[in-house]
Amino acid sequence: MVAPVTTAVGGSEKASPGRGPGRTWLAWLVVVPFLAYVGTFLLYPTVLVLAGSFQDSDGAFTLDNLADLTRGVYLQAFLRSVELSAVTALLGAVFGALLSWAVAVGKPEGLLRRVVVAGAGVLAQFGGVPLAFAFLATIGFQGFVTQFLRDSFGVDLFATGAWLFELPGLTLVYTFFQIPLMVIVFLPALDGLRPQWREAVDSLGGSSWTYWRHVGGPILLPAFLGSLLLLFANAFSAYATAAALVSQGSPIVPLQIRGFLTGEVLLGQENLGKALGLGMVVVVGVAMGLYALLQRRFARWQR
Amino acid sequence: MAAVTKPSGSTGRAVVRFVILLVLGVFFLLPLFAMAEFSTRGVGGARSLASWSGIVDDPDLVESILVSVQLAVASSLVMLVLLVPTMTWIRLRLPKLRRLVEFLCLLPVAIPAIVLVVGMAPLYAWVNYFLGDSPLTLTFAYAVLVLPFAYRAIDAGLSAIDLKTLAEAARGLGASWGTVLLRIVVPNIRTALIGASLLSVALVLGEFTIASLLNFDTLQVQVNLLGKRDAGVSIAVSLLSLLFAFVLLFLLSFIGRRRRDTAVEEG
Repeated sequence: MVAPVTTAVGGSEKASPGRGPGRTWLAWLVVVPFLAYVGTFLLYPTVLVLAGSFQDSDGAFTLDNLADLTRGVYLQAFLRSVELSAVTALLGAVFGALLSWAVAVGKPEGLLRRVVVAGAGVLAQFGGVPLAFAFLATIGFQGFVTQFLRDSFGVDLFATGAWLFELPGLTLVYTFFQIPLMVIVFLPALDGLRPQWREAVDSLGGSSWTYWRHVGGPILLPAFLGSLLLLFANAFSAYATAAALVSQGSPIVPLQIRGFLTGEVLLGQENLGKALGLGMVVVVGVAMGLYALLQRRFARWQR
Repeated sequence: MAAVTKPSGSTGRAVVRFVILLVLGVFFLLPLFAMAEFSTRGVGGARSLASWSGIVDDPDLVESILVSVQLAVASSLVMLVLLVPTMTWIRLRLPKLRRLVEFLCLLPVAIPAIVLVVGMAPLYAWVNYFLGDSPLTLTFAYAVLVLPFAYRAIDAGLSAIDLKTLAEAARGLGASWGTVLLRIVVPNIRTALIGASLLSVALVLGEFTIASLLNFDTLQVQVNLLGKRDAGVSIAVSLLSLLFAFVLLFLLSFIGRRRRDTAVEEG
């Protein structure tokens, strides 16, 4: 496989990078393993989910699965997922932007920045199950803060019910990984702000407010909105933390899908789980598509 | 420090910065402290390391840690073997395909793992039929999951070197494509490869969704299971895995920085 390519290129690589039909064919061979692998373990499962959404138990075409998504518990789960993702994206974006700023004005090679960026990477991308346990240790029934408040102030954190294991708890724990993700995606945007712009505003007599209102803010707005979308998609896709925290019931879509995979399936609804998956892909896909658009718009300023 | 060079509103800014760092610092460090506190609770208010020694006393947990470590290494290797030759070759010979490969590698970002696992369940029925039901078969799925992270890291590495000139020089001196790949490309982008591997290791060690829903006992699956009967040990392992991932990424920050400096010098 390698030898013919060798003779074909023979030192004139720049002049004709693999023209001729035979050479092109051989050049493509090198990419085949990658394409075959991705086709098998990424595209095939994806197609299986997407196609399954439009099939009934016998494999015939149907729109019933998708129609089911628009009512009852499934619609509620989608609405709850959207609410959870939107709220935590907003909280994450605002606090994450503030933290990014606090880090960005410090030394670029400083210890604070290294620690924050590495810590943010861990919590945002690799948290999962440990985050659920972090909050159980903090504000679970026997958690550190729960005990402290009860013993020292007589305050019962769970007076209003087991909220940590419901939507309010998920909101809190999700914010814990949304803020770090914001730091990761927004810090580069803040780094893109030139100190000269600030100096120009200063020398023309502008205040801090003038700078952020007329220069920094407008430039960062597309990046901020883009990050907001990315955070939304991130929360919407998240599963591990919620699964470890909520073992009873399925308030959000990923946990509904868990129900279908672990056997709580009614006859004739085998493909409803796939339809839920399709719904998730559509929501995440739209958010990520808009994110890519905004990202491109912002890239102008980073040149 | 920064305040010295920037005159306008420097005191106000330092105060705002301090408040932000303090509030968010407490928000993020409190749960970590609580994990340390919870996992060292003993009988009657005393401190005890029983939960921590419980990690090594639980054979299922130790087994699952070994499985996860093997998975991390295997997935990183599969990722490197898949990506490095393909990405190098595409830059040299098939630039037309660059968009497609980039799209495929970033695709897992848009398809949540919980959705992917729905489609993988039937696929794994076949995988386990042919290859046995070892948890190490998860390597196939994990090599896909790490693609977006690994692609970005390796792409940055390849962008930082003059690949075409290096390859042409080596080819001109009679090197085979295999030699170009292993002895020219790999050593020149080694920091990017280390970065991609560390990210993959961290991701695989923390993965829960696919392992748990395909019923394989990996570290996170065991931690979750154990939490139902012995929260102390689960919390100890959780803290340990967060700290371990932190150390990996902290080391990565030095590697990444060095690479960017070299790139600037070369550019």
